[in-house]
Amino acid sequence: MQIDVDLGSLGFSDGGHLLVKRALRTAGPGESITVAGTSPELEIDLRAWCRESGHTLRFEPKQPDRPAHAVVTNGGAETDRWSGAQRAGEADAGQPGAVVSHASRHWGLAARSATVEAGSPEFRFNLVDKIEVWSDDAARLYAQAVAAQWDPKTAIPWDTPFDLDDDVEDAVVQIMTYLIENETAALIVPSRFIAQLHPHFREVMQLLAVQAADEARHIEVFTRRGLLKRKQLGRSTSGGQASLKTLVDESEFAIASFLLSVLGEGTFLSLLWFIERYAPDPVTAAVARLAAQDEGRHVAFGIAHLTQHLNNDPSYRPRLADAVQRRHDALQHTAGLNAEVFDALVLIAAGSWQPQDLRKGHQRVMELTREMDEGRQKRLRRLGFDEAEAVELSSLHTRNFM
Amino acid sequence: MATSSALVMGAVAYDPKVVTIWDGFQKYFGARGLAFDYVLFSNYEKQVEAHVLGQIHVAWNSPLAWLEAERVANRLGRRAEAICMRDTDIDLTSVAVVRSESMIRSTGDLKGKTVAVGASDSPQAKLIPLNFLAECGLTPERDFRVLVFDKLVGKHGDHIGGERDAVRALLRGEADAACVLDRNHPAFVREGTIPSGATRILAQTPVFDHCNFTILDDAPGQQIAQFRDLLLSMSYADAEVRPLFDLEGLKRWVPGRTQGYAQLSAALNRFGTIDAFVDNLAPRCK
Ligand SMILES: [Fe+2]
Ligand SMILES: [Fe+2]
Repeated sequence: MQIDVDLGSLGFSDGGHLLVKRALRTAGPGESITVAGTSPELEIDLRAWCRESGHTLRFEPKQPDRPAHAVVTNGGAETDRWSGAQRAGEADAGQPGAVVSHASRHWGLAARSATVEAGSPEFRFNLVDKIEVWSDDAARLYAQAVAAQWDPKTAIPWDTPFDLDDDVEDAVVQIMTYLIENETAALIVPSRFIAQLHPHFREVMQLLAVQAADEARHIEVFTRRGLLKRKQLGRSTSGGQASLKTLVDESEFAIASFLLSVLGEGTFLSLLWFIERYAPDPVTAAVARLAAQDEGRHVAFGIAHLTQHLNNDPSYRPRLADAVQRRHDALQHTAGLNAEVFDALVLIAAGSWQPQDLRKGHQRVMELTREMDEGRQKRLRRLGFDEAEAVELSSLHTRNFM
Repeated sequence: MATSSALVMGAVAYDPKVVTIWDGFQKYFGARGLAFDYVLFSNYEKQVEAHVLGQIHVAWNSPLAWLEAERVANRLGRRAEAICMRDTDIDLTSVAVVRSESMIRSTGDLKGKTVAVGASDSPQAKLIPLNFLAECGLTPERDFRVLVFDKLVGKHGDHIGGERDAVRALLRGEADAACVLDRNHPAFVREGTIPSGATRILAQTPVFDHCNFTILDDAPGQQIAQFRDLLLSMSYADAEVRPLFDLEGLKRWVPGRTQGYAQLSAALNRFGTIDAFVDNLAPRCK
């Protein structure tokens, strides 16, 4: 007679249980297998294990034609456990249906395409609908972002000697102070949504995470530049913070993404390139340039997922317009852009205190705000707003830029 | 008898998970038309007393509590019945383990030695193994010293801690053998309490049974029948049931039986473990 599992001298608890489990799985519920072995504790351990696993067990003594052995009958608990299990979508987001339109909260943290046991706990993720969060571009943008990570220590010429007039250094410090609080809002907003996003939308989760990491680095380099020659940073105004608070308080992902990424970071792109162009020193130029490169991706994701959202649900467009209007109304009695920041931008664009230079600096800042406005209009049109709406909404955007 | 219309079960709170388990069962039974409630006791003796006094309808009893209830009931001319149990309550064994390098080769070699056991009221880690050794001809405390590791007395060894301490004493050399439930020996190896290969099984008791749902002869028949039917119909394939089964350690409920308590009963007779309890409780329940 053939013994299904002959453990030889292998102890049941020393790995033998793997062979028994495998044979039982192959046999299936209700089916029996025979187990033999010479380990002195085999009978004891096998009995205890079968009892705990819901299998039945019978010992057969040695006969002339067969060795002493155990007959184990699969009690079916393993099959029962996985009855009603669900496949959490499919791995390859590129395949149709792989990312489902509504992710089950019971899937919890399970990886896409994993088999999830029925009765798994429900997680309180708020963002479970594909339409709200998904972009087919997320995976590509994530890969790009990971490849483009830079090391603040080596990417910026911190040790290049330079010496600025106190006024110009003060202006740079004030600009850095302002940038830091804006970057902090840009870190907090996506981070809050990562925690609410169903991990089924893995590529979006990863992209938001690397975006938050980008912002952490921006905060680092702006702080370091601000403190390069000074012991403390500049001024933070209530108007600036009021503007950012409306972003931090926004509870809807699509709206937050619209206000922050499309309008805010879009506007910031122009600002960072402006700072880079007129930077009075190589460190300021470098930190602005590196941050601007990252911001380009943040804007691209905002546009990509909102475009997809609006293609699926054009009726959402007026809600976005409303959000701009509401934010404008909420901020209309605040001071808008910190006057010190405005003056600092004029001064660095002027490059000196000479009246003719200051006039030029002022013109350049005016050009910057025009350029920002055009950029916003262009992005609004890409999201399907018509010419007039784009002009109107862009004009309502916060005077604080972000 | 409890006056509320719900069927009231008693259970011993040997671990906080007991609340999760019985809340879950309450919900399950309620959804299927059985009003069910439960009362938690800190020890089995209090639960047996409440049961005999009619304060609960059914008791989730340890094997020792079952025999306490049965003996008190018999003394009163009443009858106790085990209606249901876990599949994992059937045919357990306990083992005496020694250090691998030990010279002890048979139970007879334990003469003059020290045997570590679990809680003083643990059927599997003290009463049954000591009775087993007595039947092998070794009287505890006369032929060998007994080192008791009491964890939560009154909980009848439901807490694994006493057995773990007994095994640790063995590994430290304070004892020459330790008595534990069969499944706990490999579990102690897996969790690292016992280094792999450090121990060897010296002896194994015959099979015995563990917990059961106990009723007395005045239990409300229809509700009990419904309770038992619902238990027996619960399936491990049911996602609502499975986590409760995993916590309570079973794959299915099976009809109760009492032949598996003979060894424990013999141990109680030999050691007189519950005589005082029965003598004290029975007259108060007349
Ligand atoms: Fe940034
Ligand atoms: Fe950003």
